[in-house]
Amino acid sequence: MTKVVAVTGNEAVANAFRQVEPDVCAAYPITPQTELMQRFASFVSDGKVKTELVLVESEHSALSACVGAAAAGGRVATATASQGLALAWEILFIASGFRLPIVMPVVNRALSAPINIHCDHSDAMGARDSGWIQLWSENAQEAYDNTIQAFRIAEHMDIRLPVMICYDGFIISHSIERIEYLDDELVKKFVGEYKPLYPLLDVDKPKSYGPLILTDLYMEVRRSQAEVYKKVPKVVLEVAKEFKKISGRSYGLFEAYRLDDAEIGVVILNSAAGTTKDVIDEYRAQGVKVGLLKPRLFRPFPYEEVGEALKHLKAVCVLDRADGFGGSFGPLYLDIAASLCNFKEKPILINRIYGLGGRDYMPEHAQQVIEELQKIAKTGKVKILKEYIGVRE
Amino acid sequence: MMGWKDIPPGMVILEPGSALKIKTGSWRAFRPRWIEENCIQCLLCWLYCPDNAVKVKDGKRQDFDFDYCKGCGLCALECPGKKGNKAIVMEEEVK
Repeated sequence: MTKVVAVTGNEAVANAFRQVEPDVCAAYPITPQTELMQRFASFVSDGKVKTELVLVESEHSALSACVGAAAAGGRVATATASQGLALAWEILFIASGFRLPIVMPVVNRALSAPINIHCDHSDAMGARDSGWIQLWSENAQEAYDNTIQAFRIAEHMDIRLPVMICYDGFIISHSIERIEYLDDELVKKFVGEYKPLYPLLDVDKPKSYGPLILTDLYMEVRRSQAEVYKKVPKVVLEVAKEFKKISGRSYGLFEAYRLDDAEIGVVILNSAAGTTKDVIDEYRAQGVKVGLLKPRLFRPFPYEEVGEALKHLKAVCVLDRADGFGGSFGPLYLDIAASLCNFKEKPILINRIYGLGGRDYMPEHAQQVIEELQKIAKTGKVKILKEYIGVRE
Repeated sequence: MMGWKDIPPGMVILEPGSALKIKTGSWRAFRPRWIEENCIQCLLCWLYCPDNAVKVKDGKRQDFDFDYCKGCGLCALECPGKKGNKAIVMEEEVK
């Protein structure tokens, strides 16, 4: 039985944590993640879960404690955002290098300086090549659903990798939405009993984590890790299929919205995709063939599938909520460009940077982009390849 | 040598005590020499050795295990000796 509730994104994810009931959760508060861990800490204090909650002095320590607990053989979760993720950066690579299935919601927030607490994607984008799987979420429902599925993906015996669940700070984390909770027992059954791989606490089979690997073997270790990412999309789809059976909700590697017969398209992550879909509906009503692609599995990036989904378009705008400083493009643009580069027939691409530091993404921004794409599709000419939108001159 | 397909997940070492296979004695630039007549059998050298290269049999100190002694000199530093005469001295390794 599902239960319909009105909750914030953070409350929804805290509830997913309660239902999964990890063995260990080490965390440090940071806006806008604080409410999530505060609510989960209440579940621990109220005896709703038996999770060992470790309150540490920094995110570096939080993730380090998670690495230890996961290597010991426990099901482990944490959560962070922005500067916290940046501080934990060193340990991100240790968690993925050790192949530890830690689940970590990242409540997307801008990076300092200047200090800012509101949403953009520069935090998670900075960690995109840290070896973690990344699932991005448009709304509270997706954040809740992705969190539950993340445990299954991370803990799959072919995968054993940590997973970040990204959702927009304040826009999703602190806004109240209608969402559907799954029954506690259903979630427990779905994630199943945790099966550790190489637990340190299995003292009858001693083992060592973290050996020094030098020039003679490091490259082989990295090559073997690279192989695992090829298996992730298949597992993500298998887990999604099973999740549909208990929830009725469909998930893929990405969402393609009115894209099949489209001539122009927008690629955008997370909450701004919702606004864009509304605007697309308005243009569709006027006969403009416009569609949208919203990546869900951003790491590993499903290049082939995304390329196939976009190659028929005439023009595509990739909207990035993070810039890549140094004359380059936004991170999402680079992956979309890589997905399309080897097709003979492919769309003209433009890159627009929006919504930094929580700047509102309004319907008129989507309109501006769609108007421009129509001109490019007609003329084949691009005025400006990359620029900021919604910024004062 | 191991190929990438043989690497265990996370490079976790599943064989206990496998460090014994890596003989680190060749790293040595200085070699400890044990002078038995100055040794009071305090076993401080055994306690301090980071490489378990001081062998002890029936509670009595034996000679060094030069397969694993890296020549760090901790044992020589800690050795109290007998009446001011060290029981361990470091000597330059002769090639």
